[in-house]
Amino acid sequence: MMDTTGSTFLPPGQSTIAGEVDALFNFILYASTVLFAVVIALTIYFVIRYRRRGAVAATSGKDHNIKLEIAWTVIPTILIIIVFIWGFKTYLKMSIVPRDAIEIKVTGQKWFWAFDYPEGVNTVNELVVPVDKPVKLLMSSKDVIHSFFVPNFRIKMDVLPNRYSVTWFEATATGEYNLFCTEFCGTGHSEMIGKVRVVSEREYADWLEAGAVSGEGLSLEEFGAGLYTSKACVTCHSVDGSPGTGPTFKNKYGIRQVMQGGSSVPVDENYLRESILNPNARVVAGYAPVMPTYQGVLKDREIDALIAFIKSLQDSTGNSGE
Amino acid sequence: MNNLPSSSYLNRPQGIKSWLLTLDHKRIGLLYLFSVMTAFALGGVFAMLILLELLSPGREIIDADTYHQFFTLHGAIMIFLFIIPSIPAILGNFVLPLMIGARDVAFPRLNLASWYVYILGSLFALYSIIAGAVDTGWTFYTPYSVETTTSVISMTLGAFILGFSSIFTGLNFIVTIHKLRAPGMSWFKMPLFVWGLYATAIIQVLATPVLGITLLLLIIERVAGIGIFDPAMGGDPVLYQHFFWFYSHPAVYIMILPGMGIISELISVFSHKKIFGYKAIAFSSLGIAFVSFLVWGHHMFVSGQSELAAMIFSFLTFFVGIPSGIKVFNWVTTMYKGSISLEAPMLYALSFLFLFTIGGLTGIFLGALSVDVHLHDTYFIVAHFHYVMMGGTVMAFLGGLHYWWPKIWGRMYSEKWARVAVALIFVGFNVTFFSQFILGSQGMPRRYYNYLDQYQPLHAFSTFGSWILGLGFIVMAIYLIHSLFKGRPGGANPWGALTFEWTTSSPPPHENFAEIPRVEHGPYDFDRVTAKSTLGETI
Ligand code: HEC
Ligand SMILES: [Cu+2]
Ligand SMILES: [Cu+2]
Repeated sequence: MMDTTGSTFLPPGQSTIAGEVDALFNFILYASTVLFAVVIALTIYFVIRYRRRGAVAATSGKDHNIKLEIAWTVIPTILIIIVFIWGFKTYLKMSIVPRDAIEIKVTGQKWFWAFDYPEGVNTVNELVVPVDKPVKLLMSSKDVIHSFFVPNFRIKMDVLPNRYSVTWFEATATGEYNLFCTEFCGTGHSEMIGKVRVVSEREYADWLEAGAVSGEGLSLEEFGAGLYTSKACVTCHSVDGSPGTGPTFKNKYGIRQVMQGGSSVPVDENYLRESILNPNARVVAGYAPVMPTYQGVLKDREIDALIAFIKSLQDSTGNSGE
Repeated sequence: MNNLPSSSYLNRPQGIKSWLLTLDHKRIGLLYLFSVMTAFALGGVFAMLILLELLSPGREIIDADTYHQFFTLHGAIMIFLFIIPSIPAILGNFVLPLMIGARDVAFPRLNLASWYVYILGSLFALYSIIAGAVDTGWTFYTPYSVETTTSVISMTLGAFILGFSSIFTGLNFIVTIHKLRAPGMSWFKMPLFVWGLYATAIIQVLATPVLGITLLLLIIERVAGIGIFDPAMGGDPVLYQHFFWFYSHPAVYIMILPGMGIISELISVFSHKKIFGYKAIAFSSLGIAFVSFLVWGHHMFVSGQSELAAMIFSFLTFFVGIPSGIKVFNWVTTMYKGSISLEAPMLYALSFLFLFTIGGLTGIFLGALSVDVHLHDTYFIVAHFHYVMMGGTVMAFLGGLHYWWPKIWGRMYSEKWARVAVALIFVGFNVTFFSQFILGSQGMPRRYYNYLDQYQPLHAFSTFGSWILGLGFIVMAIYLIHSLFKGRPGGANPWGALTFEWTTSSPPPHENFAEIPRVEHGPYDFDRVTAKSTLGETI
């Protein structure tokens, strides 16, 4: 994923709202740095200047000074009221969705993001949007609370299981940006990372036209390889034999898989299909039943492609059926 | 050369039973000291393991689920078992009656009961480690906490029970302060630490029951399947968040107010100067306690609450910040034209000033609605509350512990090693947590087991800081334990302070004072009265 680190404190802002958020961030940063410097400089100066040497020196009993006390109450209060109003104004803008926004449905689920476009296209972990166009996200969760966070856009919104939440943004530059889940949601929380791909309006139209990854013109195997990442299998299943949240896909086809409870099942096309659509029907021994169901998320041709892809992951020596 | 008194609360009466059944507030303070410090060590070990795991992306030493359990245990132990009881139950118990010239707290039996309740609650909480440690984070957010297979019940039951311990202590302190002050000690002659404990006790008594009810509802939901918070059963998860923060925001002030009280004592005593703005400091504690009940929604700016609610919570949040700022200005001004000595307790107080000011100022970023949307649930939050809780409360606690150490034990620790420790802790703390401000504002979410490569350098830096910090605490443990046996006697009043606890012998006798002291001057009248240090020299 691309490196988005920009300034010391903030990543580059690439939405219409980011500039305003950053301006306030910087205002607070500078004002509080000055305040902090004053407090610490005075402290250090007093400590050095009035350091006790030898016997205790006599000190005065003066314990108030009305002018001083009014000053240090009123000045911070004024500063803080400025910050409050400023923050609230931008927050309102973040809450009011422009009328002409494209609406995309976002579903959070352990542990991936699914996006449904009004045109019928759907994707997983990849949100493709046009540049310079407001995009409204209508979000809900299928299980626990997640939170949708795109640092470069300065937006974040919880994704709840019992109601819709809404956020919106307008990207100002094409490119790829990270999308994080920021509400703790279990084992795969830190793998619940997607990306937002901002493209030109032309490209966006073409992409929608092509039905996202329809896989047309690709072999089943190649198409499956693409789905393996775009549908988030990659977050839990490796293709090189290393274990993850789920078992690896390498040399899977043709073996007998041991299930929880001790039974074993031959890994054939039907077993693979069942594992994808109804993963908890039979759970592989040694793994937690955490795989989400892809019922309704994958089309038939996509399931075929994934199965073809898994079948292709055999060692050249072809030790299937060990 | 000072001598230890031949008879003190430490050796009269003797025997393990006399300790476990003691009604003496000083001994109960020590029972708390040992148990709470054990919890602190345990929580610290989890912290070190968490940071070690984060040294680089992917697996270092533990898998994701274990990592989630470790940060939950770290948080729950540090909050419920360590930081909430730390200052009130250890130092408050020990010095509050001494400071107001009383022989004990108002309800000594309730005081002992609070310790047993604390132990019971801790056992439940720790049992959850064996029974499949909780992995929800210390906030137990629903519906995750209803679904997870880990032992949420024993942990929340533990926190529920611990709440009663906290309520008992609070209740006891309120009555003690109202009823048992020495003749002549009017409200405005009370030391500011007592004011801090008083404000804290009010929150403990009023807010803790809400946490109790919330956790109980959570348990009922899990056990009986009654839908309260879980949408699958018709409940509302956001309701849980409201309940939880209704307690847990005021709880932040349960943690910090007594610490502020200690800082007022330390800065005045070690500057040998009358505290600046006594009444402002006292009233700001009460003001904070009151407003703290009205700001809980600032934890929920992105949870979908209404814009109006967000606006009100943001506004009030800024207001709770002003009194804290005023206190900082008062402390700095107290040092002006003082006669400042830099012994270990004062070094902690200065560390507090530095770190707590950063903690407070970074709170402004989070109170500002639009900026909070970006920073919420990132490492910026983690850094912010560590600056407040550890840089604030823990520094104040350590300052207080060093300050009253010679009173508690009659013996001094090694000043030289104490300075080494405070330096290590100060540097280690900043290395560990300042880097996390940058991580967070760069977008690194909290509670992540794995992370993108771009965040690695800062994570590694933070882990490195934790080693310095850990070393500081090990040094401290060694010289403090060493001092119990080898430390030289410090005499009744090693710091030349003016409050009552320094007028009796160190360690104090069984009932604190041979004769109840009378108020002859204010707690900080250094301009009029000079109490000679029983140590002879100053540094
Ligand atoms: C959140 C993690 C996760 C994701 C995402 C995920 N899986 Fe799984 N998967 C698992 C786990 C854990 C198991 C083993 C337990 C079980 O059988 O349910 C598993 C089991 C399987 C199995 C059976 C494997 C065997 O060794 O018998 C197949 C096939 C499978 N997954 C395919 C997929 C495909 C295809 C995708 C993407 C469309 C996917 N999984 C996405 C976690 C995941
Ligand atoms: Cu998550
Ligand atoms: Cu709060």
